[in-house]
Amino acid sequence: MKQISAINDFVVKFANVNGSGSASANELFARAILRMGVPVSPRNIFPSNIQGLPTWYEVRVTESGYLGRRGGVDLMVAMNPQTWDKDVQEIQAGGYLFYDNSKPLPKSKFRDDINVIGMPLTEICNSTYSDPRQRQLFKNIIYVGALSALLDMDPAAIEKLFTEQYKGKEALLQSNFKALKLGRDYALQNLQCPLGIKVRRADNVGDKIFIDGNSAAALGAVYGGATVCAWYPITPSSSLAESFIGYCQRLRKEPDSGKARYAIIQGEDELASVGITIGAGWNGSRSFTTTSGPGISLMNEFIGLAYFAEIPVVLIDVQRGGPSTGMPTRTQQSDVLSCAYASHGDTKHVLLFPEDPKECFDMTAQAFDLAERLQTPVFVMTDLDIGMNTRLCAPFQWDDSKAYDRGKVMTYEALEAGADFGRYNDVDGDGIPYRTYPGTHPQLGAYFTRGTTKDRYARYSETGPDYVENVTRLLRKFETAKTMVPQPVLRQAKEPARYGALYYGSTSPAMQEALDVLAEQGIHVNAMRIRGFPFADEINEFIAAHPGVFVVEQNRDAQVKGMLVNEGQIDPKRLISVLHYDGTPITARFIVDHISKHIAAHTVVPIKTGRVSA
Amino acid sequence: MTYIAKPKLHHPALTKNSVGYTRRDYEGKISTLCAGCGHDSISAAVVQACWELDIQPHRVAKLSGIGCSSKTPDYFLGNSHGFNSVHGRMPSVLTGANLANRELIYMGVSGDGDSASIGIGQFAHAMRRGINMVYIVENNGVYGLTKGQFSATADKGSKSKRGIVNSDEPLDMIGMALLLGATYVARSFSGDKKQLVPLIKGAIEHKGAAFIDVVSPCVAFNNHAGSTKSYEYVRQHNEAVNRLDFIEGREEITADYAPGEVVNVTQHDGSVLRLRKLSADHDPTDRIKTMNYVQEHAAKGEVVTGLLFIDPSAVDMHEHLNTVATPLNQLTAKELCPGTPALERINAGLR
Repeated sequence: MKQISAINDFVVKFANVNGSGSASANELFARAILRMGVPVSPRNIFPSNIQGLPTWYEVRVTESGYLGRRGGVDLMVAMNPQTWDKDVQEIQAGGYLFYDNSKPLPKSKFRDDINVIGMPLTEICNSTYSDPRQRQLFKNIIYVGALSALLDMDPAAIEKLFTEQYKGKEALLQSNFKALKLGRDYALQNLQCPLGIKVRRADNVGDKIFIDGNSAAALGAVYGGATVCAWYPITPSSSLAESFIGYCQRLRKEPDSGKARYAIIQGEDELASVGITIGAGWNGSRSFTTTSGPGISLMNEFIGLAYFAEIPVVLIDVQRGGPSTGMPTRTQQSDVLSCAYASHGDTKHVLLFPEDPKECFDMTAQAFDLAERLQTPVFVMTDLDIGMNTRLCAPFQWDDSKAYDRGKVMTYEALEAGADFGRYNDVDGDGIPYRTYPGTHPQLGAYFTRGTTKDRYARYSETGPDYVENVTRLLRKFETAKTMVPQPVLRQAKEPARYGALYYGSTSPAMQEALDVLAEQGIHVNAMRIRGFPFADEINEFIAAHPGVFVVEQNRDAQVKGMLVNEGQIDPKRLISVLHYDGTPITARFIVDHISKHIAAHTVVPIKTGRVSA
Repeated sequence: MTYIAKPKLHHPALTKNSVGYTRRDYEGKISTLCAGCGHDSISAAVVQACWELDIQPHRVAKLSGIGCSSKTPDYFLGNSHGFNSVHGRMPSVLTGANLANRELIYMGVSGDGDSASIGIGQFAHAMRRGINMVYIVENNGVYGLTKGQFSATADKGSKSKRGIVNSDEPLDMIGMALLLGATYVARSFSGDKKQLVPLIKGAIEHKGAAFIDVVSPCVAFNNHAGSTKSYEYVRQHNEAVNRLDFIEGREEITADYAPGEVVNVTQHDGSVLRLRKLSADHDPTDRIKTMNYVQEHAAKGEVVTGLLFIDPSAVDMHEHLNTVATPLNQLTAKELCPGTPALERINAGLR
């Protein structure tokens, strides 16, 4: 029988039941491979449930560092009888099935074209442990031990991870060592080791770090100077707020008193959360909320107020499928439109699109500068794929010499010196007025904050000219924002290319891989990664420079394509959508397939040579 | 409706308080509410209270939702920052503002529609959190700005101006505030400034969630026979339980009521409130008994007014959160940013 043979380039998928303690064992497996210098890209595929439903953990082992989801499974660790049939079906021909053979299964439950490795995990556990919980937990470690032998991994890497994790907890450490050895020894003695797929030490991880996007964004908020956070629990953003709590407790206590240099409120709902954020922003604190699509819907009225009243707030949207009872544990980029134009009236908002945890950190920190400079809501548009999966990325960096940009704030001294304060007065021509914090000056600088019924001095006015002047200034401000948001990143093809491709956010790793694969196939595509909205002029120039531009998105309705057409007055025919929206992360295979098929269908083949070219 | 601009000139003989302001310095823009509106009397009471307490106007932040009541912060304390926010959502905006700078005085002004109907959730949670604020509900049982629909505090059986009888139970904001943990709960009547001004002063001095329900008749839509929020009805059914006469260290506020037993209430921060009791069987420091007392009188059709409850040991949200003494909005990168060495350590832990 065919056996898939690969070194440092394969996919292992763990099929588990959630609540069984498998998550930490699976992550241990992934980290051990990283410690061997081989990049991995793990993904949790989990239900909206706490215990008893199927959950999967997919680890792509990728020496070349392609961190997107690959698709297909080379080794299935099938630990969940509920999903057995589907899991077995998913294995590529010649692939491997690792399972618990404590109880015999009929032949019909297997396939002829895969390699089956049975190990009596339950039996081993039952004879070793008497406590039911231990039987369950150590079963996971035992299969990691077996896998280490089957994949020719260095057990020292796993043991070192245990040592770090259980520092000072000697009993726990020893029992984990024991379980690991139990599994490894059984495999070495009873199974054919190693398999055709193997891990071999490499040096491709370097100084990269391994972290999830939600933690990274939370840390970005700490470094960016956020002092107020108000949030309401919602998957997949809850762990962001919880990480913020954790980092603040570690990094933000006043040294002598132990008091908090932060205030975090779990709101009663998303409306209150954004209201608290707005109140704090109005009063001069850097504040943020974190949520997902349903939360954004609830916040809409307030977002409009913040836009028109020009209050700096940061909203982190960890996107998922909609609606509220939609696909809370699946990833999508389907809130782009609803954030870009959130609220009633003529509104548009600044969006930032991080590609990985590193940019979650950078852009969240930057969002506070942008929000205060532009006095407006700023959205960090991350998603479940980045937010809730640990991802290998560049280490965090910070420039200690850089001061926070607190924006245009009129001080007591400026007011005292006779500055003409008009809260909505565009003195600099960039559309951004000056503001005062409450309590600045006994007689000067106070104003009444309201929506749009005001003139440039914040006096009550319902007249047309005052309204128009105000909202036109907001457009000028949006133009100013264009140069301040993160600029796009161009990846020029090695050979002249007729086609371009635009993409953003978590599509990035799959896109990088797809571009390489396409180039190998002789299809050269220039690519530009959009990192902010309003769209930089460079994006329009990129579109103009190519007869056809693919827009790769993870939503059904081509949301960014629509925005490009509207905002840039672009002929929609020039933009070709590549849309992935089944709730799983987009893969390079999907992108390659769509782009190559489109190009093949639209390429004129010269009769003489018959050669297809891009 | 007042549409003549107030003269800016002040009489030179106007008395100044200890921080150098005359009472006029606490006024705001000309009210655009209807002539005789109860809300204007409340604005005047706020002006009086702040002047008497020697508060610098700019140290107050006024926040409101939407509705007639929520327009009033424009009509007092013109040198304070104000925020006319979203319908029913003032409490959250005030909460955020308070988190950002714990040193200012926060005055939330709302109405019965704004707080009891659309805003009941935020009202409830603001009370639970113990935010240090004065939360005034200007309660007229009716939507004035949209011309006379019932609000959630309209009494069952009361009649609208169009003759419709309200069949829904009223929402009892005093009962809710008591239940939800407000630490200063009072009710008054816009037509009784002598009672209202000291109650506002007490609320400002109180460190915690202070709630004042002020029955404030709507002259345009809810001041007719059959209404239970009309001037006439409230005057007839008003049952004052006490008079808040003195505040320690401040000038005496004379009340023209018969003297009764005086009770000293020492608050957490050491300030003392002195209550002149008018009702022998009400103890304003007992939350449970107060709930019963208010309900029993409500059942008799009486509107109990006065300082109904005070928790002298109240602490506020900042104490719950253990936040630093410095207002959060004054912290700089030096205090907030952990810097590169800490980040290097974090990076090292993620490999």
